Amino acid sequence: METPNLNYIKEISGGDLDFEASILEVLKKEFPIDCLIFEENFNKKSYEEASNNVHKIKHKISMLGLNEGLQLASKFENDLKKCEVKLYEKFVEILKKIHVYLG
Amino acid sequence: MNTIVIDDDAAALLIIKKLCDSYDQVAVNKEFTSAIEAVKYLNTNSVDLVFLDIHMPTFSGFDFIETLKTPPKIILTTSDKDFALQAFEYDCVVDYLLKPITKERFHKAILKLDNAKKDEKLNTIVSSKGDADFIYVSVERRLIKINIKDISYVEAKGDYISIKTKVKNYIVHSTLKKIEDKLPSNLFLRIHRSFIINITEIVDIEDNSVLIEKSVIPISRSNKGELMTRLNLL
Repeated sequence: METPNLNYIKEISGGDLDFEASILEVLKKEFPIDCLIFEENFNKKSYEEASNNVHKIKHKISMLGLNEGLQLASKFENDLKKCEVKLYEKFVEILKKIHVYLG
Repeated sequence: MNTIVIDDDAAALLIIKKLCDSYDQVAVNKEFTSAIEAVKYLNTNSVDLVFLDIHMPTFSGFDFIETLKTPPKIILTTSDKDFALQAFEYDCVVDYLLKPITKERFHKAILKLDNAKKDEKLNTIVSSKGDADFIYVSVERRLIKINIKDISYVEAKGDYISIKTKVKNYIVHSTLKKIEDKLPSNLFLRIHRSFIINITEIVDIEDNSVLIEKSVIPISRSNKGELMTRLNLL
């Protein structure tokens, strides 16, 4: 099972620790807010909006090296546009994993 | 190149800026999380290159491009594969980068950008607008003379244009905008995002298309009025 990692961020940073710290700071700040907005829209059944929220979150999923997670998020993003929600549980599992990783 | 980055995701802005740091020719002057703010900036500032996210709330990357009369070079950045075809409909789009953007792929985009800039200098067109009967175009490292009156129409094809003359078809690495600026406006008219036609070569017009030689060419709704006013209608 894949786990979040900093491989991509380290590849981009080229050893620039300040850059790595800045990215992590942004992720720690934005990710919980993105998730909260997604949950609100999902619970309101505003699926089009929730789909846009997933879109924004999925870039963060990909930055943390979760390739399978990215595929699932892309599918879920498209499903939501059709009001299809069966991937919700699996998507939330990915979010939880990232929450734990970011601390 | 004066560069701006537009993305509603702060992490994406940081990554693109970091990737740009390795290239002296790309100087990131400003970042925007809203495309509307960027449009306002461009009203008073000149920019050579934009890294542009497509998927943004309320005002998308494509809305941004449509808003600009003379868009600078644009490298699109997105998490969606689905927009690639639409992206290259725009002459200003140099490349289309899928997130997460790798260093290798970013490097390729910068090479494409450099080539596009070089071609801009080499390519087309030696005559000045309206005061010459011909243009020179660069085809396979040769400059070829084309009589302007012989051009039936010009079609955009991705990074290239196809110049259709009565005798031959020339594929040139250039944009419709550039050749449009060089062609006399009394003879030529853009009737579609992808087509400029010689209006003296029109054989007939149907609802949403014109016939030139044996080619049926679409007319955009927004361009049809201008075409009709230019015709010598009975």
